[in-house]
Amino acid sequence: MSIQKKLAAAAGLAGLAISAAAFGHPESSLNLPVGVTPISQQAHYLHMLTLWVCVAIAVVVFGAMIYSMVKFRKSQGAVADTSIVHSTKAEIIWTIIPVLILIGLAVPATKGLIIIEDTRNSGLTVKATGYQWKWQYEYISQNDGKTESPISGVSFYSALEEKSNFTRQLGSGLDPNQVENYLLNVDHPLIIPSGVKVRLLLTGNDVIHAWWVPEFGMKRDAIPGFVNEMWIQVDEGKEGTYRGQCVELCGRDHGFMPIVVVVKTKQDFAAWLAAQQQASAPAATATAATTASL
Amino acid sequence: MAHAEAHAHDGHDHNHAPAGIGRWLFATNHKDIGTMYLVFALIMFFIGGAMAMVIRLELFKPGLQFVDPGFFNSMTTMHALIMIFGGVMPAWTGLANWMIPLQVGAPDMALPRMNNYSFWILPFAFTLLLLSFFLPGGAPAGGWTLYPPLVLQAGDSFGLTIFAIHMMGISSIMGAINVVVTIMNMRAPGMDLLKMPLFCWTWLITAYLLIATMPVLAGAVTMLLTDHYFGTAFFNPAGGGDPVMFQHIFWFFGHPEVYILILPAFGIVSEIIPTFSRKPLFGYESMVYATGSIAFLSFIVWAHHMFTVGMPLAGQLFFMLSTMLIAVPTGVKVFNWTTTMWRGSISYEPPMLFALAFLFLFTIGGFSGLMLAIAPADFQYHDTYFVVAHFHYVLVPGAVFAIMAGVYYWLPKWTGHMYDLKLATWHFWLSTISVNVLFFPMHFLGLAGMPRRIPDYNVQFADWNMVASIGGFAFGLSQVMFVWIVLKSVRGGGPKASARVWDDTNSEGLEWTVPSPAPFHTFETPPVIK
Ligand code: HEM
Ligand SMILES: [Cu+2]
Ligand SMILES: [Cu+2]
Repeated sequence: MSIQKKLAAAAGLAGLAISAAAFGHPESSLNLPVGVTPISQQAHYLHMLTLWVCVAIAVVVFGAMIYSMVKFRKSQGAVADTSIVHSTKAEIIWTIIPVLILIGLAVPATKGLIIIEDTRNSGLTVKATGYQWKWQYEYISQNDGKTESPISGVSFYSALEEKSNFTRQLGSGLDPNQVENYLLNVDHPLIIPSGVKVRLLLTGNDVIHAWWVPEFGMKRDAIPGFVNEMWIQVDEGKEGTYRGQCVELCGRDHGFMPIVVVVKTKQDFAAWLAAQQQASAPAATATAATTASL
Repeated sequence: MAHAEAHAHDGHDHNHAPAGIGRWLFATNHKDIGTMYLVFALIMFFIGGAMAMVIRLELFKPGLQFVDPGFFNSMTTMHALIMIFGGVMPAWTGLANWMIPLQVGAPDMALPRMNNYSFWILPFAFTLLLLSFFLPGGAPAGGWTLYPPLVLQAGDSFGLTIFAIHMMGISSIMGAINVVVTIMNMRAPGMDLLKMPLFCWTWLITAYLLIATMPVLAGAVTMLLTDHYFGTAFFNPAGGGDPVMFQHIFWFFGHPEVYILILPAFGIVSEIIPTFSRKPLFGYESMVYATGSIAFLSFIVWAHHMFTVGMPLAGQLFFMLSTMLIAVPTGVKVFNWTTTMWRGSISYEPPMLFALAFLFLFTIGGFSGLMLAIAPADFQYHDTYFVVAHFHYVLVPGAVFAIMAGVYYWLPKWTGHMYDLKLATWHFWLSTISVNVLFFPMHFLGLAGMPRRIPDYNVQFADWNMVASIGGFAFGLSQVMFVWIVLKSVRGGGPKASARVWDDTNSEGLEWTVPSPAPFHTFETPPVIK
């Protein structure tokens, strides 16, 4: 086979693999989600920008390589020009141009980083603690722009939901395709409001975990002894359920501690929070009473 | 010098090699030691490869079919440790042992006995590491990055693992010292540093990286050891320690380490492309300087592996910008290789095919590296299959393909026989196609949100995992061909090779002035360099 034929065969095979794969699961995607927060949209923008810059460079560089590989074949009688050994001018050019391209990427990347790290002026603070192998969420405080008011008694664990848990056991004989949101479903999701800057505090109880919901565009480690922070502001109108997973190896069941966030409108969220506080209030008084009587 | 004494015993018989098992146990000959390193690396590639097959088998479809999640974690951890420390690094040291003395016109490595120790430590180190499978708690499962506190939860194997890593480190440092001393002191008269073949140059710089960073790894794992067994709290927050400090120390070793794995590849490719383009390498000096700058930069970018740990903004900015800078010297190299082919007279023997695949596919890994360097985007990529795709592109069609290119380039020089070129070309096409089917879809998986190091996944990731697994099995099987081709040539199959081996090419360098197969002793009197 000639080189061209082999290349064509390789391309054909790759194409076949891609089209075959696209069939099975319509929900499978190839690219980063645009997401529902300013941070995720910015990450997507930077991702696409860098990707296209790379594609453009690839077209030029791979083009030159392929051209040389085809044009200067010995089998086609090409004779080597052994005088081409050095050119300071060329070296300077192909040092300067990449530097300029990199500056072009560094400027928006730097701006993006500054935005991501600015966790001031949040409207709601929630603390997430990673455990082997579940998450705990505690609602810490709210801020209406003027005063910071603590939230007490709203805290719960969030672990892999039962159906996935049965199915994922070794040799369970159950079919993951029959389980809705297999491995991406929890018993108690985190509830947050849309249109509010939510500050998430992160820590680990035993080992390091990491909290990530792709549609929110941000992940951060939950490290024992540290409190990390990140922020999420879901655009209004994008209420819904968003799913992610722990993304730092945390032991045996690292693959089985998903993250589910339900985003509600401000009103719905306020109602939910009030209900939670109410539900926990009698319990809190009861605990106080028992402690007193002891 | 030791080698001078050795020659006295051998008299004038240049081909006299000691017989029996003693030849290997007490080997001080650089060619024998090089061979042992290469054979060892090949065995490790297959053991580590078998673990990769287990991983791809479990990930073939959603649900757990074959292994327990804990064992799965052992597989990923051991696969990485074995491939990096047992496969790629010893393969480079083996090639260095064989080729550096031949390329600088030296009779042997400068420190032959140390050479023997540095090799023979390895089989023991890896036996210990592999024995950990049979201890209570099983083999290490905390990832090759060994992050505490997780790694401290290991079972009885923990001490064994740390001890094995220490042994590998000592072996690497001794190997590196040998390379530095050989290159600095034993070059033939007239072989100026800037006349050395690039493989020697990139290995020299690699050796300095090894000497600088292996002790750092040793320190890090020793602190783990005392944290685990002796109640210290270097990394334990409850005792005032800092788990993030481990990551800083680890990656101060770890990032230079990835360049330890790739710089010798740059050297090999820089020799093969000119040979089969029948033209000298374009921009030799700029290649040397680019390698030097990459090595320097590799010490100041480590925390790009840690963007998500919550560093201060200024820290993140520094590591983002310094990482992006690495693309510049890397680019210079790619441009120089491309220009070397420009107006050449190119032929496509197996070494050249592998070098060209390196050129394209390593560059793809470089592109994803640049993407990962952009911190706000890395918050999306980090710890997903996108990273897995990145480092496998630079390591498999990068480092491993360059090793195979080197073996196909020099094998006739070692065995005296040309191997089956047609079969090797088949091996090339099967490997290149399957490696892309294996790793390219991992970009999609990562972007779609699949974390790395998980044994099971949501059904939305099913298609590409299946494609990757099929590619993986095909790639694994293709490598059996490699063993077959090499064995055939070693056992004397195929036409006799000339001293030049690649006769009508531009194969320059002293190794082509000695006969094929290279006699047991070479350059006992230094060659004259024009
Ligand atoms: C243009 C050059 C390169 C750049 C800019 C680059 C950048 C990066 C970045 C930013 C990461 C961290 C990604 C993350 O975890 O989120 C990474 C990971 C990695 N890179 Fe590269 N890289 C480059 C070349 C290489 C080379 C040449 C090698 C080795 C031959 C390599 C091997 C690795 C490995 C092994 C990891 C993953 C380590 C782990 O987490 O287990 N990279 N790279
Ligand atoms: Cu985890
Ligand atoms: Cu790195």
